[in-house]
Amino acid sequence: MTWFKRQSGELDTSGEKNVRTEGLWIKCESCRQIIWKKDIEENLNVCPKCDKHFRIDARTRLAQLLDDGQYETFDANLVSTDPLKFVDLKAYSSRLKQAQSDTGLKDAVINAKGKLNGRPVIVSSMEYAFIGGSMGAVVGEEIARAVEHAAAQKVPLIIVSASGGARMMEGVISLMQLAKISAALARLDEAKVPYISLLTDPTTGGVTASFAMLGDLNIAEPGALIGFAGPRVIEQTIRQKLPQGFQRSEFLLEHGMLDAVVPRKELKSYIDRALSFMAQKAA
Amino acid sequence: MTAFLQRGAQVPGNPGFSGAAVTLAGTDWLLSMVEMGWSTRNGDGKAMEMSDKARKELEKIEQQIVRLRAVPGQDPDTRGQIDQLNQRVGLLRDQLSQNPNRPKSAWEKAELARHPQRPYMLDYIERIFTDFSEIHGDRSFRDDHAMVCGMARFHGEEVLVVGQQKARDTKQKVYRNFGMPNPEGYRKALRTMKIAAKFQRPVICFVDTDGAYPGIDAEERGQGEAIARNLLEMSRLEVPTIAIVIGVGGSGGALAIAVADRVLMMENSIYSVISPEGCASIMWRDASKKELAAEAMRITAGDLKELGLIDSIVPEPEGGAHTNHEAAATFVDNALQQSLADLKKLPVKNLVAARYDKFRNMGQFFRVEAQ
Repeated sequence: MTWFKRQSGELDTSGEKNVRTEGLWIKCESCRQIIWKKDIEENLNVCPKCDKHFRIDARTRLAQLLDDGQYETFDANLVSTDPLKFVDLKAYSSRLKQAQSDTGLKDAVINAKGKLNGRPVIVSSMEYAFIGGSMGAVVGEEIARAVEHAAAQKVPLIIVSASGGARMMEGVISLMQLAKISAALARLDEAKVPYISLLTDPTTGGVTASFAMLGDLNIAEPGALIGFAGPRVIEQTIRQKLPQGFQRSEFLLEHGMLDAVVPRKELKSYIDRALSFMAQKAA
Repeated sequence: MTAFLQRGAQVPGNPGFSGAAVTLAGTDWLLSMVEMGWSTRNGDGKAMEMSDKARKELEKIEQQIVRLRAVPGQDPDTRGQIDQLNQRVGLLRDQLSQNPNRPKSAWEKAELARHPQRPYMLDYIERIFTDFSEIHGDRSFRDDHAMVCGMARFHGEEVLVVGQQKARDTKQKVYRNFGMPNPEGYRKALRTMKIAAKFQRPVICFVDTDGAYPGIDAEERGQGEAIARNLLEMSRLEVPTIAIVIGVGGSGGALAIAVADRVLMMENSIYSVISPEGCASIMWRDASKKELAAEAMRITAGDLKELGLIDSIVPEPEGGAHTNHEAAATFVDNALQQSLADLKKLPVKNLVAARYDKFRNMGQFFRVEAQ
């Protein structure tokens, strides 16, 4: 005798459980809170609890900075020819192919035209996921072209850095890109066209030693790692532990190396404010 | 050596045959020591003494092999092993041979570039220039001794010389910070270059650094910014500029004084984005793969010329610049005179435009692909 009797026949166990929670929650690496992924996305990929700025890819960056997420890319079809035929544990050519299929980009930067609060701007946004955002001949050329476009069209330039530095697999060729872009920036400077350098996590090596530090204003997101030599190299050289917060945005601000540390939410309004200051006065 | 042979021969109850096997193992071990010594030597000049020692060791090993071959009653396996030993000896002999016609490997050039007896910047200044008068300090922090700047006369003509200075003894090495400038060094260089431009005096830069100094203070004072500023300002400096890599051209720290109208490299100098050891430890996760890394990165003067990244190569006396400072200085002197004469033919405006075009079009290694 049963106390409860199932009215509608057998229990149906054929269907799979449809609710999936995997990937919906993210544990913030900084405050260790578990957060609903959508909340982070709506908050521009910044942790709503502790304000940790997560790394974002180049496309998301452009969509966040430019009005309505609308932009037009240019010079997107340059591809490295692997000039040194570099092979370490893996061939550079196969690393390139892998990165291309992972990111859907040809190399580690996107050049875009768009509007920022109604103002036309040219943005070069680096993609860290593409071989550490490293700069070889293609990245050098694309950024140089963006600089030249900005100078020719008198449109303000924004370069968003996210890079480990020069690309080792292109040897000295990548080193020469530092000179190439810096020379182009000298001309932009003479044309009196505004250039804002936005440094994001991480910006190190050759990128810090060239265009990232050459803006009319150099601004950074909170907590970004910014430096010339990487922390590990310094530790090995001086054989000491590095102090807390060393080479973070706030540290650089304190030492007078940055003009401002701007939270992601305020980036657009800050850049808009700066470009308004720098706009050429009507004669 | 003989100790091994005797011990081999004295194994009781095993005359001849197994004695040979024991000695074979001993010879193999000795040879591997020589090989190891060869591969772990650093670019600090010990290699040169090393190679003498290695040559003596090899001679002894060869004698041993001859004796081994003479031992009667060997099986084909042992014969094979002896042949292998012989091949390895031959290989090492090739590496050690000082035949100047044999092209040097990238790593050998790196070693020559770092040779402690190689002439440094001030060695050249003494020999090529007159009336050298140093200019100190960056006007904001301090004087960086790793970077030397000063007024000098080059065959009677007023020029500015700038360069990283290395040193040979420990005290001097510390004083010169091992030739690795801090931000104030680069700022001093730029400050003096601007003086030169103001008074229309050509600038000659001697590049010889393992890299800009990677330290806490250097980061605090903006190493990256200092280098970046130099690149930008040098690209538009309104005066003829020549840079010559005399030893090691270490990445951004070298480039920061090498954005010039003429970039020259000495035959046995190197110019790279990272040291071979650094590249090996990152890409191969093993710093001892430095020879491979040196080869793969293409860091020699010939490589850079081929890639269109430098203008010309300055020859060195046979065996390298360290063997004869006077001769090396004469080669440098001639190359500088030649370059300066070429540059002075052009009006400064054209010079700056040509410099821009050169660096703008450098290293165009890409192709346009359909979307």
